[in-house]
Amino acid sequence: MDFRLTRDQEALRRGMRDLLAARFGREELRAAVDGADGAEGADRVAGAAGADRAAGTDRSNAGEGADRAGERSVPGGRLWRELGAAGLFALRAPERSGGVGSGLPEAVLVFEEAGRALLPGPLVATELAGSTGLVPGAAEGTVPVTALAGARAGDCALVEHLASAGAVLLLEEGRPARVLDPAAPAAVPMRSADPLTPLHRVRAPLPGPDRAPYRSADGSADGAVDGGEGAAPDGGVLLLEGALLAAAQQLGSARRTLELAVGYAREREQFGRPIGSFQAVQHLCAGMLVRSETARSVVYAAAVTADEAEIRAAKLLADTAAVDNARDCLQVYGGTGFTWEADVHLHLKRAWLRAEQWCAAAGSEERLASALLRPAGR
Amino acid sequence: MELAYTRDDEEFRTRLRSWLAAVLPTLPPRPDPLDWPARRAYDMGWQRRLYDAGYAGLHWPQAAGGRGATPVQHLIFLEETEAAGAPYVGAGFVGLLHAGPTIAAEGGPAQRARWLPPILRGEEVWCQGFSEPEAGSDLASLRTRAVRSGDSYVVTGTKIWTSHAEVADWCELLVRTDPEAPRHRGLTWLALPMDAPGVTVRPLRTLAGSQEFAEVFLDEVRVPVGNRVGAENDGWRVTMVTLSFERGTAFAGEVVACRRTLRQLARRAQRDGRWEDPALRRRLGRLNAEFTALWRLVQWNVSEAAHALRHGGSGVPGAGGSVFKLRYSHARQELYETAAAVLGPGSLDLAEEWTRERLSSLSYTIAAGTSQIQHNIVAERVLGLPRGR
Repeated sequence: MDFRLTRDQEALRRGMRDLLAARFGREELRAAVDGADGAEGADRVAGAAGADRAAGTDRSNAGEGADRAGERSVPGGRLWRELGAAGLFALRAPERSGGVGSGLPEAVLVFEEAGRALLPGPLVATELAGSTGLVPGAAEGTVPVTALAGARAGDCALVEHLASAGAVLLLEEGRPARVLDPAAPAAVPMRSADPLTPLHRVRAPLPGPDRAPYRSADGSADGAVDGGEGAAPDGGVLLLEGALLAAAQQLGSARRTLELAVGYAREREQFGRPIGSFQAVQHLCAGMLVRSETARSVVYAAAVTADEAEIRAAKLLADTAAVDNARDCLQVYGGTGFTWEADVHLHLKRAWLRAEQWCAAAGSEERLASALLRPAGR
Repeated sequence: MELAYTRDDEEFRTRLRSWLAAVLPTLPPRPDPLDWPARRAYDMGWQRRLYDAGYAGLHWPQAAGGRGATPVQHLIFLEETEAAGAPYVGAGFVGLLHAGPTIAAEGGPAQRARWLPPILRGEEVWCQGFSEPEAGSDLASLRTRAVRSGDSYVVTGTKIWTSHAEVADWCELLVRTDPEAPRHRGLTWLALPMDAPGVTVRPLRTLAGSQEFAEVFLDEVRVPVGNRVGAENDGWRVTMVTLSFERGTAFAGEVVACRRTLRQLARRAQRDGRWEDPALRRRLGRLNAEFTALWRLVQWNVSEAAHALRHGGSGVPGAGGSVFKLRYSHARQELYETAAAVLGPGSLDLAEEWTRERLSSLSYTIAAGTSQIQHNIVAERVLGLPRGR
């Protein structure tokens, strides 16, 4: 047993961090926020990109407005294709199909970096679609894929980036994963709390004949999709993998807000000394480290074991770490933390959103409670 | 990121498991928790069996008579003994986890030969004389004085929270030898024989009703200079070696035990009908996630320690131990608060083991460095925040 990262894993993480720092640094992040803000949610910008793609054109290749603030990071745009070329969306696809051939631990490290950088877009669903080959173009980053994941039939669920998506993964436990046309589900747009993640409320399809209104992306009636190589993967398996990748993003965010808080506490002076010398502030920061270190252990372990209960535990702890660390970071920042200009609120809002997606707390807590009743080895 | 154990480690586990399966049924019945001499005899008897089977001082260096096992094997030992329901280290705690490792690291050859083998064989019990009534979290302010007089130190003062004092043979004692020096630099580490004239032990009753520790009064007690480990006035550094052992893997077995308790809680709730309460179920589910993560955090810290050991470090978990202790002590308290919710009115019945555990869990955020002090350590030593007051 050696739980630490291997040298290759360290190098992979460093590479992803450097790539994101170069391609989606703070300037690009704020440009994306301002662009989305000006358009009242990224919906309009993203929607336009989606329409272009549907019409067979590509806005950024056509040149017009390609470098307009905030558009570079639109799902399916230039940044996405760069990330696709770097392998972000085909991490676990076999090398013979043009993928990277990595495992869940590597995918987790890369997604941790994405969460740290607040990289926008339906990253998790696109990676699932790209790595399984369910949606052509997903692996290359040209077709963003979103998901209707884990909702019970008839429930209203959140779907992100619907307007810019080329396909929707429908992931239900005990059923094969299916691919839907983004235009198919009855969707009601929301004013998303997260400025970089447009959201729709979508009613999950009912089993049986009620599935009819949902056309699949390839036009077949029931929405079932042949992934190209045999049967489609199980929706429950993809749901858990998605939960783990979302947990990894939460972990990256939690570790980032800890860094931000510690950095600020060292610099900011009151009463003639850095506020980080006051125990009240020190203890907030120490508590943040305890949260992120504990979450890290279980997220990495879940990546190794791919065990359902462990993945659910990882998501629970990572959600809490991301949300509570962002809250405490905001508190350490004081008044500055309440401003639009500070990045803290972006982390908090994204953390809130991810906590609602990919196995939310209530369901996982129930599953983990039931697991206690089963006979256990240890 | 590798969680699988090597073949060597798995063989170690298999041998340990079959030894435990053979030896545990032959143990005498557990003693009355209030009968200290019986507890000492029981704990020392278990240590002797470990010694005879070659498991004593597993994580001690071979030069000190230990097995020089890797941190991973030590973890396997803690996991397997707990899972098999083997006795806890008990009265051997201070000798095996504080005083022994300190003597192994800092003592001279004669000191190691005198004190280490009886600890490993389960013949001598040690207790710890660090804290004082006026020196708790601020340990370096301790006042117990030791004045050199010929070949002895004459020691006067009061120690408190001393576990196993009533049945101990030796006390690892931290005393002030230079009152003029800066407070961390005037301290010295002494091995005090508990039967020396002038030593008085007064048991303290805990809120759980038990007598787990004591006050120790020292009235002009003569301690031979040869009982000093490390240089005079170097006791703070010597002591820090033992404190980091305390926060290392000491709780690994307890995490295994907590996970077992959690499963028992769920079954009890199901039997009593409280399982119908979704809030209680969710609380149990959250605790399942919590202890799953804590076990992984132990494995993470052990991997770090093993790596450090391979590269010339001490193999002692550093500040990672503080992170673990903060989270674990809180989780343990939440576990027994949840147990109280499962028990309902039964939570006031001291006949219930969980009621007693709920009471003793209250010490976890205080003993071995309060949570507040641990937060300070993490903030200043791990996060590098400026020193505060």
